[in-house]
Amino acid sequence: MDITEVPMDQHSTGKKKKNKKSKKKSVSQGGNGESSGVEKEEEGETTMMKGSEAEASFPPAFSVSEIKNKQRRHFMFMKFKQEKRKQKLQLKKKRKKEREALGDKAPPKEVPKTIENQRVYDETTVDPEDEEVAFDEATDEFSAYFNGLTNPKVLITTSDRPRGRTMRFCAQLATVIPNAHVYYRKGLALKRIIPQCVARNFTYLLVINEDRQSPNGIVLCHLPDGPTAHFKVSSVRLRKEIRRRGKDPTEHSPEVILNNFSTRLGHSIGRLFAALFPQDPQFVGRQVATFHNQRDFIFFRFHRYIFKNEKKVGIQELGPRFTLKLRSLQKGTFDSKFGEYEWVLKRHEMDACRRKFQL
Amino acid sequence: MGDRSRLCSVWLGSETGILKGVSLSRKQAFNFCNTSQLSREQEVRALCWGDPAESELLVGSVDGTVKTFSTEKGTFTESRRCGDPGDGCFSGLAALSGSLVTCTECGTLRVWREDRSEPVTELNAGKSVCRMRQSPVHRNKVATGGKENGLKIWDLERPETPVFTAKNLRDDWLDLRRPHWVRDMAFIPDSDKVVTCTSYHQVHVFDPSSPRRRPVLEAEFGEYPLTALSLPAAGSTVTVGNTQGQLGLLDLRGRGLVCGCLKGLAGGVRALQCHPSRPLVASCGLDRFLRVHSLDDRSLQHKVYLKSRLNCLLLASRELQEGGGAEKEGGAQEVKEEDEDEVWDAMEQVQEDKPKRKTTEEQQTQKRKKGGD
Repeated sequence: MDITEVPMDQHSTGKKKKNKKSKKKSVSQGGNGESSGVEKEEEGETTMMKGSEAEASFPPAFSVSEIKNKQRRHFMFMKFKQEKRKQKLQLKKKRKKEREALGDKAPPKEVPKTIENQRVYDETTVDPEDEEVAFDEATDEFSAYFNGLTNPKVLITTSDRPRGRTMRFCAQLATVIPNAHVYYRKGLALKRIIPQCVARNFTYLLVINEDRQSPNGIVLCHLPDGPTAHFKVSSVRLRKEIRRRGKDPTEHSPEVILNNFSTRLGHSIGRLFAALFPQDPQFVGRQVATFHNQRDFIFFRFHRYIFKNEKKVGIQELGPRFTLKLRSLQKGTFDSKFGEYEWVLKRHEMDACRRKFQL
Repeated sequence: MGDRSRLCSVWLGSETGILKGVSLSRKQAFNFCNTSQLSREQEVRALCWGDPAESELLVGSVDGTVKTFSTEKGTFTESRRCGDPGDGCFSGLAALSGSLVTCTECGTLRVWREDRSEPVTELNAGKSVCRMRQSPVHRNKVATGGKENGLKIWDLERPETPVFTAKNLRDDWLDLRRPHWVRDMAFIPDSDKVVTCTSYHQVHVFDPSSPRRRPVLEAEFGEYPLTALSLPAAGSTVTVGNTQGQLGLLDLRGRGLVCGCLKGLAGGVRALQCHPSRPLVASCGLDRFLRVHSLDDRSLQHKVYLKSRLNCLLLASRELQEGGGAEKEGGAQEVKEEDEDEVWDAMEQVQEDKPKRKTTEEQQTQKRKKGGD
């Protein structure tokens, strides 16, 4: 049994002292077997010393998680974290000094890694010059809208017996989307509503699904025979709940901004959203609807903007705000049983990699 | 053009009317079409080999034309009008020693000869036919099935009545008639039996030689309509795909239990085919990808992005390379350069860095393997 004398200065903290005191007490109480007592104490100390030494010298290192006592373990961990933070700050200061010292010759600042930076390249990303994809898009179900042949007319409804926030959400959506009509869902089947809508020249059917008096899903069906998208809705903020908002939106058609829809699926969804609004926005109204895609979540915002001078713009948020996540895209009008799905979110397969996105 | 088409081991037809050929060993995909003449009217609905030597492909489009594509020359050699677009799209195409058998969705099955523009034989296979398939053994036998139209096996030499008409399943426990919608079928190689899959997520096996007209085996897979079916070379199993992109392997020997699932597809399966000799299955669908899975370990071997939605698929019986051993174009040279061949084979085992299109595919397979571990 090697007994190494190590100075006690390292463990100059209150709790540790308590430990030693308790140990010494137990040893003194042990009484007669002095040698054994001494050995015990020293053993205890040596194990502690060895532990702390082991941190510095050889593997396997003593880790904080092996301490069985919760208070002591927590304390050691806090200390460890403080040490780490101190070292990090010191490193930062050093780097800053070096950068200032070098002046112009300093190496460029490193770009921090973000999940968007590290995104795995998706092979379905649309190349603007690709003829085949351009042809596919030019002749898909939205071609009638994008060629200016039809004007959007949206029917907004909900799941059966909506309550509370969902009703208000529907009403606010109807002010945001021009030419939108809200109808009460009288428990009618969607497959029966769709032919009637087509007959009345509607181009979109928007069904807002409700769960416990607030919206949680949207089924967006493009009408003549277009794709049906099912989204999960989260984080809905009605007009009342938005701080520093402007006055209610006017009847002018808003401009539409679609951000970051880069893959083929993203393009399809982007076109789906674009076709909700009339093709020629009324700039007089200064309203803009934004669908911003980030990490497969689509954020919807509705703003009114004003140009203060050529470079500065002021915006006020109007309207409702919500986030969408695509759950499935089905070819054809709504037919969840027999329809063919163009894309289905399969969480276990698709969400496995944090840096891979589908839209 | 001809050399490119000779390389291709997988042929696909897409919704934009483009015939695509994919060479898996070289990881390249080729579009065989006129870019200026693309139209949705040319959407390819049916593909089949024109002859047993697999040198010609028959491509059936929505507007009723059947084009012949020669794999040797790499171009479309002829085109014939086989029906009106008003009849519906082709649901099946087969070649029969000099004549062409076409079947449309409205149920009309026609046999065309090369020289005449009118069909030689015409029969009505029901109100709706979703698929028509030809028996690989008896070339004049075809099977048809559709919505509320059970499996019927026809002998083209006696077109008046079907050889076998399947009976619907017994009424269920509430005495209600069971709905029936056959989507795809296949002839089991060594026997008379036929496997069908339905939109009510059922797989049935029928035996025409037995007096029983109801299915011999009933199995279910998943909760979504099964749209494609294929029989692997090994026999006794069947691969099915449904509209949500789930591919399952079912065992036909016992009670039709699911042996396993193949993962990766994100959209509905439109066509499935198993390779005639190797344990590989190729699938294509609405998510615009061609995927080749291995049936032994159910791993994804190849994944190819082809920019349009894919409707149908054909595998060449030639060796589908999996990255081990390159096929040399000059056959005579192979004998002389045997030593070099070994060197080449050894070299090919290493991951190829071909920058054309498919570099991410290896990463994908690696990732999947890692994920599996």
